[in-house]
Amino acid sequence: MKGQGLKAYVILYLVFLYAPILLLPMFAFNSGTVIAFPLQSFTTSWFVEIFTTKALIEATRNSVFIAVSVAILSTCFGLFAARAATRYNFPAKGGIVGFVMLPLVLPEIIVAVSLLVVLIQAGLSTGIWSVIAGHVLICTPFSIAILQGSFANMDKSLEEAAIDLGETPLSTFRLITLPLVAPGIIASLLICFTISLDEFIIAFFLSGNEPTLPVYIWGLLRFPARVPVIMALGTLLVALSIILLITAEYFRRRGLRRAGKRDVGGFL
Amino acid sequence: MTKPEPIIRLEDVHKYYGDYHALRGITAEIGQGEFFSLLGPSGCGKTTLLRAIAGFEDISSGAIMLGGKNMEGVAPNHRPTNMVFQSYAIFPHLNVEQNVAFGLRKSGLSAGDKTRAVGQALEMVGLGGYGGRAAHALSGGQRQRVALARALILKPKVLLLDEPLSALDKKMREVMQVELIKLQREVGITFILVTHDQEEALVMSDRIAVMFEGEIAQLDDPERLYRRPVSRRVGEFIGMMNFLDGTLQASGGLSVDVAGLGRADIDEGQIAGAARAGAVSVGLRPETLSILFEDDPKSARSAEGEVAEVVYYGDMTYYDLRLDGAARNVRVSMRNVVGRPVLEVGARARVSWDPRALTVFS
Repeated sequence: MKGQGLKAYVILYLVFLYAPILLLPMFAFNSGTVIAFPLQSFTTSWFVEIFTTKALIEATRNSVFIAVSVAILSTCFGLFAARAATRYNFPAKGGIVGFVMLPLVLPEIIVAVSLLVVLIQAGLSTGIWSVIAGHVLICTPFSIAILQGSFANMDKSLEEAAIDLGETPLSTFRLITLPLVAPGIIASLLICFTISLDEFIIAFFLSGNEPTLPVYIWGLLRFPARVPVIMALGTLLVALSIILLITAEYFRRRGLRRAGKRDVGGFL
Repeated sequence: MTKPEPIIRLEDVHKYYGDYHALRGITAEIGQGEFFSLLGPSGCGKTTLLRAIAGFEDISSGAIMLGGKNMEGVAPNHRPTNMVFQSYAIFPHLNVEQNVAFGLRKSGLSAGDKTRAVGQALEMVGLGGYGGRAAHALSGGQRQRVALARALILKPKVLLLDEPLSALDKKMREVMQVELIKLQREVGITFILVTHDQEEALVMSDRIAVMFEGEIAQLDDPERLYRRPVSRRVGEFIGMMNFLDGTLQASGGLSVDVAGLGRADIDEGQIAGAARAGAVSVGLRPETLSILFEDDPKSARSAEGEVAEVVYYGDMTYYDLRLDGAARNVRVSMRNVVGRPVLEVGARARVSWDPRALTVFS
């Protein structure tokens, strides 16, 4: 009965993983203000409250602006770094790439505190821009990891062939490289957007008086009556994250298909 | 044979990668309309040389003259060369037609002229009607043809082919060899082929440059290359060759005493490189030796030995013979003839040989 034990393990694991998330929509549509069973009547008023709370809308706008900027900036940096790392050899390449990838494993709180120290020392104010800087720092390695895969999947001689056929390096990038790594670029944009959107620690330290959504939600926890609103908000965020991840995966797979490559990894 | 005016002149080309000396003074002329091959084992510098001609590698010193112009500092997109890559480099996001038309983007041709040119190019490589095919729906041979059409549509002065047949299976490779030769005659463009396959080079080329360690060891037409290799190494690399111990004598006319076979007079042309009187190595191709059967007319020159190994190939049989008085086995290839038995290991055999076929190496 070895198979039975493994089956139970898988089921328990999945319950542990997703049960808490399933609680979110349950209480988001529950009219009771206390987060406890038994459930009371069905309501959508918590969702209505999301869209009528001015501070919440403000925080959402900050978060979306930050996430979009971070996605674009990180992906640009990731594109440069991934191309350099896969196409060229230069002195200390391994070390340089390693250092760029380091924030992937660096504790965010360290990054956040050190950035805060630097900002204060430099006499700069905290706010949206400092959060963007912090998020770019942690998102760029993700972008590089994704795009390195895209570049590695792409035959180097494709670029040479285009140049050989009379294109300049720049038009080759536009006509050949960009279309072929486009799925990677889209995946990178979506993942950086998602990471930035729900990042808390850096935003908490660096957002100043322009809170992002996670920082605002954390603030709400001090008011028990508002907890159902957080549940409703959480429900929306989970839905959004799932949609984004599925989209990213779709583009990654389409890219592989177009390049005629076999699928050997990915998120889903 | 009058020598056509060279389209490419390589003048003492050197290439260093850091400390590694990849090309060591390559000097050669390649004629207009010639089918020229760079042949050598991997790492001999043949691909580096091809990429240097295309402009993908800078050379450290020397000159590459293309159509009388020095190519130094000329980017690949401004050179009158086009390349067929080993991987074919078919653009996966474009269909066949778009791939072939890619190089015409800056040609200034009208849309109608482009379509016609693409149609002709596809027709030429036997892919008429395939224009709408997606790149990933092509077989290896078809990709190869698309790559050829895409390169030839620009009417380059020189077409560079980097191991273009190595990704194909044996049958397809033979088909494409013949097609490439026909195509080259048709378009009259100079082809430079890089290959590690000596048979491919022999079949296809007008002339072959055999390269070892960044140097051209021998540059000759296929027949001379096969018949008169300039060194043991070239002889070993091209086809199969027996090397027997021998003694070269220069007094009173040239002659060589070959262990196991006997003594024979030779002429000057049969001595490769720096072979001097004394102990030498004598090269003989397996097909220049022949086993004598009962019904064969008696040959003037023959030797005896014992069959040590038999390898049956269907049309041919290879025999390894231990000649009486020779330290090394000698390989003899015999065409199989109806009614003639294949000898067995341990049988005695008589071989005849022709001294005109041997080459003396130091």
